Amino acid sequence: MISIFVLDADGTSHTIEAKPGLTVMEALRAAGLPLKAACGGSLACATCHVIVAEKDFDRVGPPSEDEEDMLDQGFDVSRTSRLACQISVCAELDGLSLRLPRRS
Amino acid sequence: MSHLAQTDIAIIGAGPIGLSAIFACGHLGMRCHVIEALSDVGGQCTALYPEKPIYDIPGFPSIAAADLIARLVAQGRPFAPHFHLGQQAVKLTRAGDALSVEISDGSTIAARAVIIAAGGGAFGPNRPPLAGIESLEGTSVHYWVKDAATFTGMRIVIAGGGDSAVDWAIALSQYARSVTLVHRRERFRCAPASLQKLDELRRSGRIALKVPYQLAALKAESGKLEAIEINHVDGRHEQIEAEHLLACFGISSNLGPLRDFGIALSGERILVDPFTMETSERAVFAVGDVARYSGKQQLIVTGFAEAVTAARTAYDRVFPDSPFHFQHSTDRSAPHLNLEAHKVDTELMTVARTAASIET
Repeated sequence: MISIFVLDADGTSHTIEAKPGLTVMEALRAAGLPLKAACGGSLACATCHVIVAEKDFDRVGPPSEDEEDMLDQGFDVSRTSRLACQISVCAELDGLSLRLPRRS
Repeated sequence: MSHLAQTDIAIIGAGPIGLSAIFACGHLGMRCHVIEALSDVGGQCTALYPEKPIYDIPGFPSIAAADLIARLVAQGRPFAPHFHLGQQAVKLTRAGDALSVEISDGSTIAARAVIIAAGGGAFGPNRPPLAGIESLEGTSVHYWVKDAATFTGMRIVIAGGGDSAVDWAIALSQYARSVTLVHRRERFRCAPASLQKLDELRRSGRIALKVPYQLAALKAESGKLEAIEINHVDGRHEQIEAEHLLACFGISSNLGPLRDFGIALSGERILVDPFTMETSERAVFAVGDVARYSGKQQLIVTGFAEAVTAARTAYDRVFPDSPFHFQHSTDRSAPHLNLEAHKVDTELMTVARTAASIET
């Protein structure tokens, strides 16, 4: 199990436990956070858009070209934005910090 | 335009599962009306990934999503479903055993049972999270263009990086006083010919390109848009004076009015009895991604089975005085199936089987 720190759109902090083998999207949803995954994690939408903390971006890595194409449908996309369904939970990401973008 | 339609089953959603429900119901002698928010059937398969191959449909090692939809439409055709495209189910009411679904244009569909196959909810355009945007929708903020000529002499900002944004920028540049295309990165996802045309229009000054920028805020006065604030990826803010914003950020689904249908929900999904697919409301069923029960998997094949189960249970609600006589679709005496409609496929199957037996 690893820990992920999430700041939601209302400014509330959450600490969640995530199992290696799942994606960050699955971990956040399992923890009850309001992260949508309209396409079920198949890289066909941008509803699981998260912003990774600067300090953790090197660990997580940049989005793939296909992911960039879907991020075009997101809002307030930053340099450290990722689609949570494309980030695999692993030991190396323990202590990962991210925030959820503002909602429509 | 308001009229009353009467049918056995009202199906909400014409994605793969809703379409399969047409056959499942028809096979049991039940007619249906199908309500779909988009202007075309197919749900996510058509709207999000028509070209993508699906590998987990039993009987199809690989099938393009659009092909699966075409086959499902063909399969349901013998049962003459009525489609209400571009309509959302907005209200569900009951008078005894009679259910009524009201749709966006005010029409009502009366049915003995309702099957909700809404996926994640009706698809709608992605709305930028900008303060005050909702009140400007339809007047100064748009998600599609019905008639390019209405923008004659206007200043318009188009936000997005795909085919829609680029094609509309090209089309509107002929009418608008100014067209500014705002996109978060250098790369546009569109046909090469469109990219070329975009570049020509940029060089001739017909289209202004603001890249890499994103929408930051709207400035409106007395209900009319006056300017759009955009910000550069490094934080710089700029303001573009415009009367209109066209936002092209794709589509996604929303449970919307289904949330107020008076049926038990679990988060964004509808709770069902897994043995009947019935919701907390008698004769109202939920199937596919929108349904929730312990162990539910979000698979098309699972949804197909759920639609068959819902149809079987609905039969008892629609024909409470008729015993259920089970018949396989292969039964040559089956009275409900119009076998002629499937004859072409039957012949193809015979040829395939003959060829296979010759090879062995």
